[in-house]
Amino acid sequence: MLRPRIRLAAVLAVAALVLAACGGGDDDSGGSSGAASAGELKVFAAASLTAAFTRIGEQYAAANGGDKVTFNFAGSQALATQIQQGAPADVFAPADIANMDKVKDLVGTPRNFAGNLLAIVVEKGNPKGVRTLDDLASPDLKVVLAAEEVPAGRYAEQILDKAGVSVRPVSQEDNVKAVVTKVSLGEADAGIVYVTDVTAGGDKVEGVDIPEDQNVTATYPIATVKASKGQEGASAFMDLVLSAEGQQVLREHGFLPPPTT
Amino acid sequence: MTATARRRRRAATPRAGVPLPLLVPAGLAVAFLAIPLLGLLGRTPWGSIGAELASPRVAEALRLSLVCSLGAVAVSVVLGVPLAFLLARVEFPGRNLVRALTTLPMVFPPVVGGVALLLAFGRRGLVGQWLDRAFGITLPFTTAGAILAEAFVAMPFLVITCEAGLRAMDRRYEDAAATLGAGRWTTLRRVTLPLVAPSLGAGIALSWARALGEFGATITFAGNLPGVTQTMPLAVYIALETDLEAAIALSLILLAVSLAVLVALRDRWFPSASA
Repeated sequence: MLRPRIRLAAVLAVAALVLAACGGGDDDSGGSSGAASAGELKVFAAASLTAAFTRIGEQYAAANGGDKVTFNFAGSQALATQIQQGAPADVFAPADIANMDKVKDLVGTPRNFAGNLLAIVVEKGNPKGVRTLDDLASPDLKVVLAAEEVPAGRYAEQILDKAGVSVRPVSQEDNVKAVVTKVSLGEADAGIVYVTDVTAGGDKVEGVDIPEDQNVTATYPIATVKASKGQEGASAFMDLVLSAEGQQVLREHGFLPPPTT
Repeated sequence: MTATARRRRRAATPRAGVPLPLLVPAGLAVAFLAIPLLGLLGRTPWGSIGAELASPRVAEALRLSLVCSLGAVAVSVVLGVPLAFLLARVEFPGRNLVRALTTLPMVFPPVVGGVALLLAFGRRGLVGQWLDRAFGITLPFTTAGAILAEAFVAMPFLVITCEAGLRAMDRRYEDAAATLGAGRWTTLRRVTLPLVAPSLGAGIALSWARALGEFGATITFAGNLPGVTQTMPLAVYIALETDLEAAIALSLILLAVSLAVLVALRDRWFPSASA
């Protein structure tokens, strides 16, 4: 009575393993080439591009017979590491040139497609009355920045250095969206993020402009990934981002044309 | 019939008793658990490990990890042992509900735990706004907040282990102490606690290990700042994004600490775990 049951369990377990192994094999070999050419494009993009690229992804799908774009939005530094470790990306769009340089042997020729300014993000109504970068130095203010490894964190550091303001942040978040979240939850009083994140942050936050002479312009490059099995789709997506249509979407979300220098 | 069968099975040598179909999956399980460790060791930059260890970033994260995890264990012992006693010994309405509530953080995704903690103890949270208004205390972004986050996920392990020990204990010793005139408090201190000490030890080790490895609730609730809330797992995660070698070195340190705990507690832990 007992023995057949054990044998059955063992057979089932082995069968499950074999099936799992086959499934894995499919994903590795047949899967990515087959599925990718069938249009499942994987785009690794900076967290700040979330809203704009999601919209462009819809346009891409509409123009390519419903071919889906899957996005991996995260801190650019995390995405660069993932690509270095062989993650299956087709297109890479970080928020700075440094992270594109990090993977320059693994990608095609990058092209700059957008620019972005930074702003101070505060809670709706600006209850703490933050007006300038100098205000961020106040010890009464809980300031959250992106970590130095994150492009937005490095840009913020450049801005504060240039203004000669020393800020002691209470936290260094892993990506720029987490900074906005901490402010919209009311846990932090202020943060430095992209202008576009303030727009995307909805009605819980508002922005305080950083004057042009104190600001820096973030540059967003885009490139196809050499290891991608879906080169055609990758190039098509890149072209769409650079096209008038893609640029229009980026403008609507508050991005600037790429800096020409 | 069943008794003879049981006796026969016990008489057989263990090796003969292992059904062959179990060997393959068991071997796969060992390989599955061991290969990631080998991967870590294989990629370790042995030459620069010393330099990594000496870097202030690592020293700070290690110190903070110890402070936070030990703090979380202290909170768990002070609050969790009495709770375990109550759950094991006192019949009260809603006891099963309380037990379910106690174990909930064990099955919660830690990030969800972090969000829940924010909504409870954050500056705008249920309790947090009151703490802020009355005492000017805000927990997010502080070391106390990191300890709270770790205690939240670690305490259930202590409570469950301790409660199991209390239930398995032979209560005649307590009865004997009582008939000899010991009061309830004396019995608890002199008889019950020493008898459940192995379970308590195992519970402390388990909850400490869980606190040491805590990531999701900590980064969500307490944020990430070197020297204040950036514990080892957070430092590994951040380092992984820019400097793989540093991340591996940090991981190796955590692995060494975990191994040291296992070795130090093997006598105390395994007998009580099998009991």
